[in-house]
Amino acid sequence: MTTLTEEPGVAGTAQDVVSVDGVSVTFRSKRASTSALGEVDLAVRPGEFVSIVGPSGCGKSTLLKVVAGLVAPTTGQVRLRGDVVAGPRPDIGFVFQRAALLDWRTAEGNILLQAEMRGMDAAAARRRCAELIETTGLSGFEKAMPHELSGGMQQRVSLCRALLHEPDVLLMDEPFGALDALTRERMNVELQRVCREAGVTVLLVTHSVPEAVYLGDRVVVMGPRPSRVVEELRVDLPPVRDYTAAMEDPEFHRVASRVRTLLGSPQGGD
Amino acid sequence: MTAVVSDRATVARQSRTAVRRSPAPARWWAAAWRPLTLVVAVLVVWWVVTAQGWLAPYVLPSPADTWAAAAENAAYLGQHTWVTTYETVIGFALAVVIGELVAVLMAYSPTTERTVYPIILVAQVVPKIAIAPLFVVWLGFGVAPKITVAVLMAFFPVVISGLAGLRSVDPEVIELTSTMGASRLKTFAKVMFPASLPQLLSGLKVAATLAVTGAVVGEFVGGNEGLGYVILQANGNIDTAMLFAALVVMSLLGIVLFLIIEIAERLLIGWHPSRRAATAATTVAGA
Ligand SMILES: Nc1ncnc2c1ncn2[C@@H]1O[C@H](COP(=O)(O)OP(=O)(O)OP(=O)(O)O)[C@@H](O)[C@H]1O
Ligand SMILES: [Mg+2]
Repeated sequence: MTTLTEEPGVAGTAQDVVSVDGVSVTFRSKRASTSALGEVDLAVRPGEFVSIVGPSGCGKSTLLKVVAGLVAPTTGQVRLRGDVVAGPRPDIGFVFQRAALLDWRTAEGNILLQAEMRGMDAAAARRRCAELIETTGLSGFEKAMPHELSGGMQQRVSLCRALLHEPDVLLMDEPFGALDALTRERMNVELQRVCREAGVTVLLVTHSVPEAVYLGDRVVVMGPRPSRVVEELRVDLPPVRDYTAAMEDPEFHRVASRVRTLLGSPQGGD
Repeated sequence: MTAVVSDRATVARQSRTAVRRSPAPARWWAAAWRPLTLVVAVLVVWWVVTAQGWLAPYVLPSPADTWAAAAENAAYLGQHTWVTTYETVIGFALAVVIGELVAVLMAYSPTTERTVYPIILVAQVVPKIAIAPLFVVWLGFGVAPKITVAVLMAFFPVVISGLAGLRSVDPEVIELTSTMGASRLKTFAKVMFPASLPQLLSGLKVAATLAVTGAVVGEFVGGNEGLGYVILQANGNIDTAMLFAALVVMSLLGIVLFLIIEIAERLLIGWHPSRRAATAATTVAGA
């Protein structure tokens, strides 16, 4: 399966933006040691959108944190733009599984935290923030405190925060988990537009098979613990996809049902 | 979709203003009538007990006698109250600054924590009243030993609550800020410190009342100024009315300090669930 990522063509000479080599993570506590991640290899090319799916608890969040330098791998190493990741990396955008908002800041204040921490130009950051609020449908809630927002709205705030500094690598951990189906579809379309326009490289963890296939150039399926990459599937659709058309495309169905089979879903078999 | 969103926005804005709509005096009254009723009840019981002659005046002076003692000696009381207030406030402020500084050092450096924590604990368990005379020997009869005792009393809750606050920051929020590449100082100012405020402020409430106690204990031990001195004098003259007057003033001092921190809480951590619950309860009571 690794041959997939080494295919010549798309970016023959360009280096992989993210390369994960033999990474495994074991958490040790006084009571037990948990193997959170088996041995994982993964290579992501510039501008590629990779969806990661797998059963709950298989280490998807852990994998993203290793890539961001937030968790040190027990074995193996990660390279981001060629340099070995040795600590938290500021040259990325990260959307956490939980929104992780600061309770004392408004929605807007939480988004702008990114700008303040990075010392970005305040006026430009405000403009970008207003745009993001508009695209994510948060207009009217700029001044709302996190506890006044629904779970899905909090996630959208956290997404805006991760996009504010226009990172060219975006790591997203179930960013749309708390959204209703329709908002989720709309956010998928927006995310695709934003990412493709800016040529962002994305690693997206999701539990939704349609989301993984609609957004991904590639879908990485992970197995239950001790987790490994079970299979990588290329999605042969154009980079920018019309939602309804993609849903009806035979390629979409081929990949989606294969993913379902791999995940052991009863509707998966074909 | 946009229609729905802006609709919900209006609702949200309305409900936010609805909470604020009741006028300030009404809200103040809604919060204050219960404690005020209790104070009045205590005064009535006090008055009945003394008016009936159940207790001799030198055991329990009547409210009127206490008031008269306070009014007659207003200048004298005022002067000594000022001294105690001064010692308390300076002692409290020093305890807050030093305590928070130590808490920050301990939160960021495990070595400092292991070194300093036992010392702080020992300093805390030594009874302050027992070592207060020593400060008089060392620092004389002025305000210095009183401030020192106040600092010692107030310091511990500041350190403990400051440290607990800094430790309670959501680890995922810390991870998030580390992906933003900010300096430690900036992270502290924008994330760690604000997140620690709820715990720190509840520690400050305890510290403020302890600072009053500390100052008065210091005055008991030496010197001729402050409410502690007034109490000792009144006690020596079996002037129970004056003693009570000093006690009331002293309690008021503690309460005022406590209320100032309450207000600081309202301004600084209105976002915290503890304060939100308080607002909601007031709204219900006021409705
Ligand atoms: N900090 C930690 N300490 C100890 N064990 C951990 C820690 N973080 C995760 N784990 C364990 O590692 C395993 C993988 O966790 P992880 O959060 O990566 O799963 P996941 O694939 O993201 O699951 P989900 O889809 O439910 O979010 C789990 O068994 C979990 O119990
Ligand atoms: Mg997860």
